[in-house]
Amino acid sequence: MGTGFDRRRLLQGSAAASALALAAPALLRSAIAQGGSTGGPIRIGFPVPLTGAFGAEANDQVRAAQLAVKAFNEAGGFQGRTAELLVRDDKLNPGEAATRTLELIEKDKVNFLVGGLSAAVTLSINNVARERGVIYNSISQSDAINEAKDFGRTTFHEALNPHMTAGAVGRYVFPKSGKRVAFLSADYAYGHEMMRGFKRAGEASGIEVVADIRHPIGASDYSAFLPRIAALKPDVLCLCNFGRDQVVSIQQATEFGLKRNTKLVAPVLLFTARKAGGDAFDGVIGGTSYYWRLEDSVPSAKAFNDRFRAAYNGAVPSDYGALGYAGVRSVLEGVKAAGSVETDKVVAAMEALKADFYKGPQSFRKCDHQSVQSVLIVEAKSKDMKTPDDVFTILGTEGPDERFLRGCDELGHKA
Amino acid sequence: MSAITIGGFPLDLLALQLVTGIALGAIYVLVGIGLSLIFGLMNVVNFAHGAFFMVGAYVGVFLYGYTGSFWLSLVAAPLAMGLLGLAVERVLVRPLYGRGIDDPLLLTFGLSYVMVESVRIAFGLTGLPFGAPPELRGAVDIGIGYFPLYRLFLIGFALAVVGALWLFIERTPFGLVIRAGARDPQIVQVLGIEITKIWLAVFALGCALAGLAGILAAPLQGVTPEMGIPVLAEAFVVTVVGGMGSLAGAVLAGLIVGIVVAMTSLVAPDMTKMAIFALMALVLLVRPRGLLGRAGALG
Repeated sequence: MGTGFDRRRLLQGSAAASALALAAPALLRSAIAQGGSTGGPIRIGFPVPLTGAFGAEANDQVRAAQLAVKAFNEAGGFQGRTAELLVRDDKLNPGEAATRTLELIEKDKVNFLVGGLSAAVTLSINNVARERGVIYNSISQSDAINEAKDFGRTTFHEALNPHMTAGAVGRYVFPKSGKRVAFLSADYAYGHEMMRGFKRAGEASGIEVVADIRHPIGASDYSAFLPRIAALKPDVLCLCNFGRDQVVSIQQATEFGLKRNTKLVAPVLLFTARKAGGDAFDGVIGGTSYYWRLEDSVPSAKAFNDRFRAAYNGAVPSDYGALGYAGVRSVLEGVKAAGSVETDKVVAAMEALKADFYKGPQSFRKCDHQSVQSVLIVEAKSKDMKTPDDVFTILGTEGPDERFLRGCDELGHKA
Repeated sequence: MSAITIGGFPLDLLALQLVTGIALGAIYVLVGIGLSLIFGLMNVVNFAHGAFFMVGAYVGVFLYGYTGSFWLSLVAAPLAMGLLGLAVERVLVRPLYGRGIDDPLLLTFGLSYVMVESVRIAFGLTGLPFGAPPELRGAVDIGIGYFPLYRLFLIGFALAVVGALWLFIERTPFGLVIRAGARDPQIVQVLGIEITKIWLAVFALGCALAGLAGILAAPLQGVTPEMGIPVLAEAFVVTVVGGMGSLAGAVLAGLIVGIVVAMTSLVAPDMTKMAIFALMALVLLVRPRGLLGRAGALG
């Protein structure tokens, strides 16, 4: 119920904001003219899919990002300038995202862009931002965004990428659970990238791929794929899909009794997906960038959670929510470190940033601006839960290390 | 595992895949029948059918949370959607009769948006987790391998509903009026039967069937505000393949679509979504009215 209300308020807010922008363009333009480099708020464009299959994640991204802005403003901002977040709905559609991004740059004159969810949308935002030389910090997993052909000087990638996530999960699972591996993957960039990450990680432990099944994104029923997988009795089934696809496929794999012989593994195991999937997720292992129980061992996670709880009625942030927070904070810390909002100076400052915002140390690799950070391996549970949000056990952490990333030359970056 | 293989697949697996297809088809049948019934009788293309399916699931799951009885949900969900259907027909759809096929289509299309958005506001975006009731959980050995108990139940239940519906339409006086109304509403009116009451009842019945399909599908996929969207597309394929307005056609087509999905996913998994539309195109090429379709008749 809470999310529904917040979302409505959010939509009303952005509707009111755009109405104001329509009603008083001259006023707004003069305000921006003043605010361009001196005074006026620092504007951060935030396109995310408020409506669509990833709406739950996107709304959490907004809530956490607003927390980062609020903290920045409460601490006095930058040279007396506050920050503000301009949230736009990209509807999980690359075309819509490009239009909204262009508007944010041309009409709203944003200083920075943070946001995106889903690989195709994030690439679309990046294209527009790169052409116009605006810093964009992506908070969605993508491998392509770090490759030289899509990367630009102003491109940053706050999220993990599929190579890191699937790699970490593979390195954890294959030696323990067995070598006969089946894949059920969503047939688009994200699914393929996750699968590639698993296969590369599996080379070390000599995995044998017994089935490689690709399903269309957003399939409503996976039962037809399952008898075949069950007949093969694989040791591990990697479900390389996301959001609702993941919820439904795990639910149905459980229903078909696959857990008897097979360990179910999801590269990205989302907090929101586990909440929506309930106890069908029991025992599923996966990777994540953040889980709130990290607060037991990491002080910055505790501080972040406490802020979030205080602001949102005791709710805890989700993994993608945390990325919204970190994405905005990275940019704002970059501004502080650079002592300027100028793109070149902020890029240099972000490249040099050594931060611990919410999950331990992280920094951007120079060649591709990928955030080097830890990957958590978690297992879903439905028993011994201390609170309804206590849904994962943290099995392990793969610390921040450039060895787990694809090399700069492999991505096409010249040394 | 049997030694016999067809096309490289063991016979056991093919048989299991067939049962999976039939179980899938059971849901398609239930969704398709309601849509077909409403269209067959009053030429209304109910674009809100998927939304009724979704709201039915929400009502059922919500009630299950309160009462702990899945069986009660199975009664309450269609009942609630039937009542909602009554209201929708009476207040929204009825004024549009006689204004062609487009106006009710646009109306129900808009209505589906309102329903989805209302559920989003009331229940949030994440969806509710929902599994099969304890007594229907787990898988049983059906001789060719393990198969989820719930899906077996689904096949049986759909069969019973279709049977009851057939008896109702073919063997009761009310059913006779429905069939007559579908063929010639004017004559029925001349005979002193208020056709608007029949339409009201049939619209509600169609919506109730959508709600029933929704709560039946809930344990398979969980409950989300968007769950009705793919269902609507599938229901239309079933209705078109079977023949708009034909009940037997909807049953036949639902099963065929389910089996086509299951078999395609065995040989070319990435083509499953396309396969059902290819099937529709193929059927329309050979039989433009669908498999069992006749103009304006419930056959």
